[in-house]
Amino acid sequence: MTQITDLGVAALRDGIRTGEFSAREVADAFIVRVSQARQLNAFIVETPEHAIAAAREADAARAAGETLKPLAGVPIGMKDLFCTKGVQTTAASHMLEGFKPEYESTVSQKLWDAGAGMLGKLNLDQFAMGSSNETSYFGNVISPWRRQDGGNAPLAPGGSSGGSSSAISARLCPAATGTDTGGSIRQPAAFTGIAGIKPTYGRCSRWGVVAFASSLDQAGPMARDVRDCAIMLEAMAGFDAKDATSLQLDVPKWEQGLNPDLRGKKVGIPKEYRVDAMPGEIEALWQQGIDWLKDAGAEIVEVSLPHTKYALPAYYIIAPAEASSNLARYDGVRYGMRELPEGANLQEMYAATRAAGFGPEVQRRILIGTYVLSAGFYDAYYTQAQKVRTLIARDFERAWLDCDLLLTPTAPSAAFALGEKSADPLAMYLNDVFTVPSSLAGIPAMSVPGGLDKDGLPLGLQIIGKPLDEQGVLNASLAIEQRAGFTARPGQWW
Amino acid sequence: MSEFRIKGATGEWEVVIGLEVHAQVTSNAKLFSGAATAFGAEPNTQVSLVDAAMPGMLPVPNRECIRQAVRTGMAIEAKINKGSRFDRKNYFYADLPQGYQISQLYHPLVGEGTIEIEVEGETKTIGVERIHVEQDAGKLMHDQHPTRSYVDLNRSGVALMEIVSKPDMRSPAEAGAYLSKLRSILRYVGSCDGNMDQGSMRADVNVSVRRPGEPFGTRTETKNVNSVRFVMQTVEIEALRQIDVIESGGTIVQETRLFDPDKGETRSMRSKEDAHDYRYFPDPDLLPLELDDAFLDECRASLPELPDAKRARYLSLGVTPYNAAVLTAEVEAARYFDALLEAGAKAPAAANWVTSELFGALNRLGRDIEDSPVSATQAAQLLGLVAEGTLSNTLAKQVFEIMLETGDDPAKIVEERGLKQTSDTGAIEAEIAKVLDANADKVAEYRSGKDKLFGFFVGQTMKAMAGKANPGVVNELLKKALDGG
Repeated sequence: MTQITDLGVAALRDGIRTGEFSAREVADAFIVRVSQARQLNAFIVETPEHAIAAAREADAARAAGETLKPLAGVPIGMKDLFCTKGVQTTAASHMLEGFKPEYESTVSQKLWDAGAGMLGKLNLDQFAMGSSNETSYFGNVISPWRRQDGGNAPLAPGGSSGGSSSAISARLCPAATGTDTGGSIRQPAAFTGIAGIKPTYGRCSRWGVVAFASSLDQAGPMARDVRDCAIMLEAMAGFDAKDATSLQLDVPKWEQGLNPDLRGKKVGIPKEYRVDAMPGEIEALWQQGIDWLKDAGAEIVEVSLPHTKYALPAYYIIAPAEASSNLARYDGVRYGMRELPEGANLQEMYAATRAAGFGPEVQRRILIGTYVLSAGFYDAYYTQAQKVRTLIARDFERAWLDCDLLLTPTAPSAAFALGEKSADPLAMYLNDVFTVPSSLAGIPAMSVPGGLDKDGLPLGLQIIGKPLDEQGVLNASLAIEQRAGFTARPGQWW
Repeated sequence: MSEFRIKGATGEWEVVIGLEVHAQVTSNAKLFSGAATAFGAEPNTQVSLVDAAMPGMLPVPNRECIRQAVRTGMAIEAKINKGSRFDRKNYFYADLPQGYQISQLYHPLVGEGTIEIEVEGETKTIGVERIHVEQDAGKLMHDQHPTRSYVDLNRSGVALMEIVSKPDMRSPAEAGAYLSKLRSILRYVGSCDGNMDQGSMRADVNVSVRRPGEPFGTRTETKNVNSVRFVMQTVEIEALRQIDVIESGGTIVQETRLFDPDKGETRSMRSKEDAHDYRYFPDPDLLPLELDDAFLDECRASLPELPDAKRARYLSLGVTPYNAAVLTAEVEAARYFDALLEAGAKAPAAANWVTSELFGALNRLGRDIEDSPVSATQAAQLLGLVAEGTLSNTLAKQVFEIMLETGDDPAKIVEERGLKQTSDTGAIEAEIAKVLDANADKVAEYRSGKDKLFGFFVGQTMKAMAGKANPGVVNELLKKALDGG
């Protein structure tokens, strides 16, 4: 028999409903698995009691003959950027170490309302700033994947949702929440051979999510396949009056609408995404993706997104600018850490607290953001970047005249080794080159596993869709998933 | 308007004044959170998670605050911007939990408007540059602990309107008149309670001086001045200081200053060089604010009659200019007067009565017109009794005093205490005869030409009638008795 922990969200949900196993058995199986995988450092806090409580409720409901909630008894992981009532929420920072919110984020509350339980709070890049999960104050997460080159170099699980990606690919949880500001769901999904979708900006409430860059931050699910992502997203999305940028729209029945038949759909291939020095294997996988989509009935067209090359620089102005302001609230006055050197005045307390509470990457981005918003530089940087952002969005709007979806690689490389890029921030930032444009445009995009590179590491393909067309994105991703037949999984070395 | 000039050692100077008034919007909830806004509550009891800037908390605009600011804009005939935006003003301070204030720099809610003021009987139009809405900060308390400061976040996030005038004022009196008029308008509209002593309204006073006819000089900004009188003092003191500096060969630096009412001086807080770089940028948590026509229509329809229009109406009803000005200055007085007219009182007499009798009584009792012991309806009844001749003015005063004490209706008092004035000629003639008999010597003096004694006979007759005689009738009958007899 298959192990329970090998099952995904849909299989667990259905199995609990039919009584194939109890929710408690499911919770226990994952709790044990989490406890055996601490080497991966995927969790900052484990919350077995939370998962067990949800399991008890699901089993009781079933015993009473009640209709089970959509995610009844399914234990998941929660990225530690979502505030969880009474459970430490840190954004992987020293600043918020020990901080226990008195409130529950809208997205996590929706998941609990849907019957899910929480296995723990997942590690991430500090304040979601990073592409390798190496900026966490609680230590880097290690990917369960290893190169098949005889070496044992620990690999990056991607970032910032690296705890989520690592935990899902290691079967520590069937699904997890992620957040995506410039690729933080999609790139880690690609690095670890799982699926992840960033929905349209405004689909998921940002209320209770520790802010990085407000105009870009968007929550989304990560899971092992497209269907599980659809199920999770249905539970997470929905209008929230507490978030002024939340979309006042009904949540579509994405799972029910899944359909891999792409006849009548046009898929655009943006020529500007053929970047220099992209590994041949990624080039080849992209072509393979084109063939799969053709096979699913889609028509392939070449399109142009001419301002793509300006997306990354614009992103690294806008995101730090917003972050520099969003992170001003961590000042040592009301909550979180406070460094108060002997005889320090208010300014000195701020300086000491923020120097000790923020890691180097966070400090770097605060400095960049402060700089680009400064008098005399604002127009040259921030205003210019906003103009670029408008042009990027227009690029996509023009593309939609010729196609319904876009196919691109998710990241320009497979997972790299820990430490390999952490000394060179610019090389690290390049990881986001394919994911950032759709973040700037606020449109839905998904990464789905496509295959393995020569070292046996997963590579992802990205489907980008029109605003609000998560269904189209999920369907094309499903078509790829069915044809890719991606069954590879990391060996259990931990 | 006579031109206000300050004589310096080297000649005459003109003062140029602009005011930035911060007015707390009347609303049950803060600008971006649902927290309450009660004044004087225990520290940190009016604070939501948003106001305390907890991680992940988001601002959501409060429609009522926006509505009040729009109505205020409409009341000064200003351009209402259907599209506006919120910006973040970034700086660190312990009373500012977010590390930024949400304000409107680039695209304010309300554009240019005007306010008419009157100084020494002449009117002048003062331009308003803009009105924008923004969050207030919290308050530091330095007196709670020997070495530490405490923070009270009750005010944090409370909605303010910043009303920025053009540099159109030229004297302390104009600055005072502008602030009074603005306060009056806000109170009419109901968008701000205007309680300056509670900090609901405070002004940043921009002052510069120049030789008449020359370009503007360098200005200073004196922060948070919280009364009309202090604003006038600030203008005067700061203008004199600047003239002194310039005439001694110095130059004025653009800086922020503080008014010290105890010492009667302004002091430098920080110069332009030390000014913060606020790094304003559009708040990414908030979408641009779009106002639709239905919303604007409702705002306009809900505006009350404003001071200028009310005053014109009172004048047209025959109220004296002085009374019209007094009655319209405070919205509560105007409301009382309107209710009085509504209840049938005649405008000129009612205006006189309110400004003299009622205000006098309220002053004596230390009460506001909103809780006047005599309602407008009762007052109208009292004035009606005078108009129809049932009460003389003297009797009316007596009745009013009793009304103040008992709260009874005037008709009841007149009835119960027999205070009705009489025009019964027989009764009056009988008393006159007695008075004349008892004062035969004075009658003789009067008849030999001492006309002034007429008043004496009137007084004696009224006294004999216990004040209840109709004075007109008394006059008539006395004349007949003395001159005709």
